Amino acid sequence: MAASVDHLLYFLLAVAVFFSVGIFLTIFYFAIRYRRRSESELPAPVHGAMSLEILWSVIPFGLTMIMFAWGASVFFTISRPPDDAQQIYVIGKQWMWKIQHMEGQREINELHIPVGQAVKLTMTSEDVIHDFFVPAFRTKADVLPGRYTTTWFKPTKPGKYHLFCAQYCGTNHYAMVGWVYVMEPQDYQAWLSGGTTGSLASSGEKLFQDLACANCHHLSDPPGRGPNLRNLYGSQVELTGGGHVKADEEYIRESILNPSAKIVAGYQPIMPTFQGLVTEENVLQLIEYIKSLTPKPVPPPPGALPSRDRKGAEAVGSRQKSTKQ
Amino acid sequence: MITEAVEERENYLNASYGIKSWLLTKDHKRIALLYLHTITFFFFLGGIFATLIRLELLTPKGDLVSADTYAKLFTLHGVIMIFFFLIPSIPATLGNFFLPMMIGAKDLAFPRINLLSWYLLVIGGCFAMYAMLAGGVDTGWTFYVPYSTNYSNTYVVATGLGIFIAGFSSILTGLNFIVTVHRMRAPGMTWFRLPLFVWANYATALIQVLGTPVIAITLVLLIGERTLHIGIFDPARGGDPVLFQHLFWFYSHPAVYIMVLPAMGVISELVSVFSKKPIFGYRVVAFSSVAIAVLGFLVWGHHLFVSGQSVYAGLVFSFLSYFVAIPSAIKVFNWTATLHKGSISFATPMLYAFGFIGLFTVGGLTGLFVACLGVDVHVHDTYFVIAHFHYIMVGGTLMAYLGGLHYWWPKMSGRMYPEGWAKLSALVIYLGFNLTFFPQFILGYLGMPRRYWTYPDEFQVLHVMSTAGASVLAVGYLMPLIYFMWSLRYGAIAGPNPWGATGLEWQTASPPPAHNFEETPVVTTEAYDYAALAAMEEAKVG
Repeated sequence: MAASVDHLLYFLLAVAVFFSVGIFLTIFYFAIRYRRRSESELPAPVHGAMSLEILWSVIPFGLTMIMFAWGASVFFTISRPPDDAQQIYVIGKQWMWKIQHMEGQREINELHIPVGQAVKLTMTSEDVIHDFFVPAFRTKADVLPGRYTTTWFKPTKPGKYHLFCAQYCGTNHYAMVGWVYVMEPQDYQAWLSGGTTGSLASSGEKLFQDLACANCHHLSDPPGRGPNLRNLYGSQVELTGGGHVKADEEYIRESILNPSAKIVAGYQPIMPTFQGLVTEENVLQLIEYIKSLTPKPVPPPPGALPSRDRKGAEAVGSRQKSTKQ
Repeated sequence: MITEAVEERENYLNASYGIKSWLLTKDHKRIALLYLHTITFFFFLGGIFATLIRLELLTPKGDLVSADTYAKLFTLHGVIMIFFFLIPSIPATLGNFFLPMMIGAKDLAFPRINLLSWYLLVIGGCFAMYAMLAGGVDTGWTFYVPYSTNYSNTYVVATGLGIFIAGFSSILTGLNFIVTVHRMRAPGMTWFRLPLFVWANYATALIQVLGTPVIAITLVLLIGERTLHIGIFDPARGGDPVLFQHLFWFYSHPAVYIMVLPAMGVISELVSVFSKKPIFGYRVVAFSSVAIAVLGFLVWGHHLFVSGQSVYAGLVFSFLSYFVAIPSAIKVFNWTATLHKGSISFATPMLYAFGFIGLFTVGGLTGLFVACLGVDVHVHDTYFVIAHFHYIMVGGTLMAYLGGLHYWWPKMSGRMYPEGWAKLSALVIYLGFNLTFFPQFILGYLGMPRRYWTYPDEFQVLHVMSTAGASVLAVGYLMPLIYFMWSLRYGAIAGPNPWGATGLEWQTASPPPAHNFEETPVVTTEAYDYAALAAMEEAKVG
């Protein structure tokens, strides 16, 4: 991905150099060649030529349309994480990056990821707008309070890369920096197996019990006062008053923090808000738990390289769960 | 010739005396000078902030000012330079002085409103100065929420009010220009005989009138959100912080054209006069100003490519942004073509015009990078963007402003500036500017984010180059300040038309009489008709 951004950038650079040098040399040549030799000389007026105007409108326009189309296609790639991307959550706050791995690892201002594996970051902010910027990966995305944004990358070379906050977020904006560690898969596995309190989903399950969510959201028959959350994630939810909404992370987040915003058809708006009772991390844990109540979709077609890493990661996750029990 | 009698002849400067004759003047020329003093003050104030920023960035560590002070420095640098220098710069000084003269009018359509608009700028400036002296403001000139509404504990409201008030100054100037161009043209001064500087200021005025109310509304909402928590931007209250960015850039992107269109107008005048040729493709250049003004309203979303705005909105704004590049490119090509077989003089204003074309071209071409979705994701909010907009706003607008100031100085003051010093300063500014800002393109590509008080060691070499360039630039800017003042007393007497220019402003005495023209001029030729001017001069001598 970084390479495709750079290739586009080189094209733009070539066009920019061609035109700026061309204009500079033309002006330089004209200025010397036609310098004023006497105060009384009077050059013949030339009022313009439509053919030239069309020529130097159409050619730049054509070039800019190439820039647009090429830039748009690269942007589509940047904006759409592949299906097999490994999910990692990021929470920005003044002035640190909190990273939450699915397997339960948490880090601050550091992000450890395996080489060759696509990684999707789902991000939110606890306060102001931040921006997750890794120059080496040529990606950047604003991190907003009150909603999730995503970015993704697939590192190709192990190493240590700068992580910056690129959106001014207050006095210590300059200190909201860290490192991305891209590791060989085996090193990454070793890192993952370091101390942890259990996977994100299992923390969510515990929280689900502690908050007594199951009192209303029964996970098996008989139905409770709230909808059954099994098989919710990814489904189309029918709403009171008509309309549908796709049950994605954003929807689940909203249903926890602002439950009366969208009422599932057939239910009463009786759920209290959990705004202020749960942190952004808690919300992510609950989301992951609710996601785990939906069986994983059919895995990507066999032979797709990254699926191997994914299985590995899942295996580690389940092993940790079993050791805990 | 009549020029020797300049001291005795009555002109706008000696028509009346005393502080009241200035503070209550309705003469557009005097008001232009009031503006000139005001914005010169703000320019050097903003320049002091810039100097401190560059000195802080000389080393990777934060060792000159605190992080808090640094945030206030770049905020005030931006606020002062944009709202109190660049936006009023060319229209309120050179435009105020010369737009009526170029169309053969005695004054602007509403002289009292013109004076009011200067007072509004000063009052707005006082609010900003109060905010600065009381403790500053640290949100960045962009005031992004929710930082500015819920987190910053600095003087956001006072600064916002200052910009709000100054905005009305800009609206009233624009209104005055529109009515003046429509209603006050001299007999024979048809639309297509207008000098291109007038076209450019007219297009600018359209943006001022249509765009500025939006920033006023945005600032009211910002202040309402901060003081009354109305909840329009705060996600905790159901608001949307990105909405602020849409509203802010709906004005602030067109504001770039408020800054650069009049500059392009100045360059059209300079290129014509100093090559003694009419501008190649006059109508195309005139309409391109209007096209930029209109298209400029449709591209604000290119500031939001990484804001979480939808991918498809990004596509539309990228596409439209390339449209606005074309009329700018057309202007550059037409200026270049005008030079062909001209009689090119290297007088100081022309050096600035060359400087403008070179720097604006780089600024414009790097604009293609940031309009390109795939590339902007990388360079957004880095030093690349800083370099890009300084090439447009300083390399473009400021070069044109200085070029225009040198060009019209003899008319305004009646005296010539010292040519040697002026050429030297133009050169120093050009070199200093490039040394300051070119390394910032590379810094941005390497990933250096904006608004960082400290930075990783590997960026230091480029930062040192930039700071060195800024020192050169500071010297370059101080030189005109000194020799312009010197010239008021010691400069050679200019005479009515030292450059052999065709505009109506050159057909009256220097400095002009209080009512501009002894008798209302009648226009019989196109703009930039140097043959007709030569024939007229000959007839006078004969």
